[in-house]
Amino acid sequence: MAQSAKTDEGCWNKLNLQFVQHPSSDLASRGHLLLQGEKEERHAPTPSMTAYLLKRLAIAFATLVLASMVVFAVLEVLPGDPARLMLGMNASADQVELLRNQMGLNAPLVLRYLHWAGGLLSLDFGRSYTYSVPVIDLVRERLAVSLPLALIALALSTIIAIPVGLYSASRRGRAGDTISMGVAQLGVAVPNFWFALMLIYIFAVWLRLVPAGGFPGWAAGAWPALKSLLLPAVALALPQAAILARVTRSALIEVLNEDYIRTARAKGLPYRAVLWRHALRNAMIPVLTILGLQFAFLLAGTIIIENVFYLPGLGRLVFQAITQRDLIVVESVVMLLVAAVIAVNLVVDLSYAVVDPRLRTRQ
Amino acid sequence: MTLRIDIPEETFRSILAKAFGNAAFVAGLVITVLILAMAIVSYVWTPYDVTKLVIADKTQGPSLAHWFGTDHFGRDILSMIMVGARNSIAVALVAVGIGMGAGVPLGAFAAARGGLADEALMRVNDLVFAFPALLSAIMITAIFGPGAINAIIAIGIFNIPVFARVARAGALAVWPREFILAARAAGKSSTQISIEHVLPNIATLLLVQGTIQFALGILAEAGLSYLGLGAQPPMPSWGRMLFDAQTRMVVAPWMAIFPGMAIVVTVLGLNLLGDGIADILDPKSRRQR
Repeated sequence: MAQSAKTDEGCWNKLNLQFVQHPSSDLASRGHLLLQGEKEERHAPTPSMTAYLLKRLAIAFATLVLASMVVFAVLEVLPGDPARLMLGMNASADQVELLRNQMGLNAPLVLRYLHWAGGLLSLDFGRSYTYSVPVIDLVRERLAVSLPLALIALALSTIIAIPVGLYSASRRGRAGDTISMGVAQLGVAVPNFWFALMLIYIFAVWLRLVPAGGFPGWAAGAWPALKSLLLPAVALALPQAAILARVTRSALIEVLNEDYIRTARAKGLPYRAVLWRHALRNAMIPVLTILGLQFAFLLAGTIIIENVFYLPGLGRLVFQAITQRDLIVVESVVMLLVAAVIAVNLVVDLSYAVVDPRLRTRQ
Repeated sequence: MTLRIDIPEETFRSILAKAFGNAAFVAGLVITVLILAMAIVSYVWTPYDVTKLVIADKTQGPSLAHWFGTDHFGRDILSMIMVGARNSIAVALVAVGIGMGAGVPLGAFAAARGGLADEALMRVNDLVFAFPALLSAIMITAIFGPGAINAIIAIGIFNIPVFARVARAGALAVWPREFILAARAAGKSSTQISIEHVLPNIATLLLVQGTIQFALGILAEAGLSYLGLGAQPPMPSWGRMLFDAQTRMVVAPWMAIFPGMAIVVTVLGLNLLGDGIADILDPKSRRQR
């Protein structure tokens, strides 16, 4: 998660390591970004784009199915009987048994799984044990907080990181580069919930510009709602921006060393044009990969950040559901998050083809 | 007839010279050693006893007596940070150990075997990566009960696929090399080759990844204990201290500032160290400089 502020060669090594971690790096490995090993593993001729897309789709779907089995199995072994939980400690064994039958908890495991998975596909997540409302309603309500939060954070981090990366790469080795990469190095080391506390202290306690926590709801108007999402979004975005800026810089530097950049410069194109038209576009693949990865980080990050700011979002919902043993909510939200991660990674994979036409035509 | 090729030998001394010329490495090493020393010293000495509550001294600002101030129970923040370092380091380090111990053999095996075993490992990796690590860690600690041991397991599990992937990728780059062919011709088994020839060649990669995962582990542990799922009171932990500080931000901001700084400095030191090692030992940087 780190690279040198001073030399870019070392950071390549680091960056490669990051890619090695990436779940769906098959296409990325066809670019120029991976450890040699990942490249050399492909001796067979590259299949056509359609075959590639189909393969990726199939893998994504299989991963989703497997993930649902894992989630179901894990929560199956969780201690605590939901029926007992709903009825309280004073209920008789008969009452509990009756409710268990009503809830379908006594059906065979495979049947229950199929019922649950079928429900997921039709967006019927079942009813929450503790809230006694359909899970889908809870999720919809909470998503109205978490999704804008994650999107604002992602947008913020991109808006900050890409210009900083561009700036750093173009003034590589000079003071501006050293300073911005030093700040990025620091940003990577800051835990987002501590950063959140500091933001609360400065902007809510000291300057009283924004609320310290809570969420008025979208019904209270767009501005008050957005205002209460501002600090959490900044807290989420900063560490991500630091990582993204470093990735952008190293990807750009790698590209800037390519022959075609020298050619473009030699034929008289101004540096700025080369940077924007040739270098940035070619550096997009690692940047996109990291953006996809960050989406998963952001989703998980909301769990802590929403707790810091007392935001009624998906992360807080799942955290409370876990501690209250509200299994059906946990299952549903976890599956939703996993599906989102898989979908985003798929989209990132597919977007490589949009960014890099070479990948489209390769036979 | 023997063939001799002159390759400028990389001696231990030359590496050492380069290491101490590398600012990131030196800074990272100094910080890491200091933090480690602080944790070790805390076993024998801390400025104040962290288990003793002195209500008369509660929420005092930084002073000569209490450099970082005191918390709501009158405990010395500096002493708590020192003791908390133990916990953070132990959790993150053991989690790295779990990740390496299980991940490296898996990755090396997949690289040596190839085919179905390799494909299966990669698909399991995909599966694990589909779960946001922090979410799963929260689930694991919530299911098995909060505590340092379960935090280690929760963080360690997610280190396994990371190391498996790094080891596999590194090993795949080593396998086509000539000296492996020579070892095979000499009749060594693939297990022997993996241990004797592949492993030493990917050690640098693993070391660098180790420092990264160590740093990430510190952050993850802080997050978990902030949520109340890490080490339990009265054992001080950095994350827990931040949780306690949150509701007292107005009266005692130092309760939040210093434990957070401890996390930042530790993670920064480890990241710099990792950068430095990668810089020093990366053959690519050797060639280009």
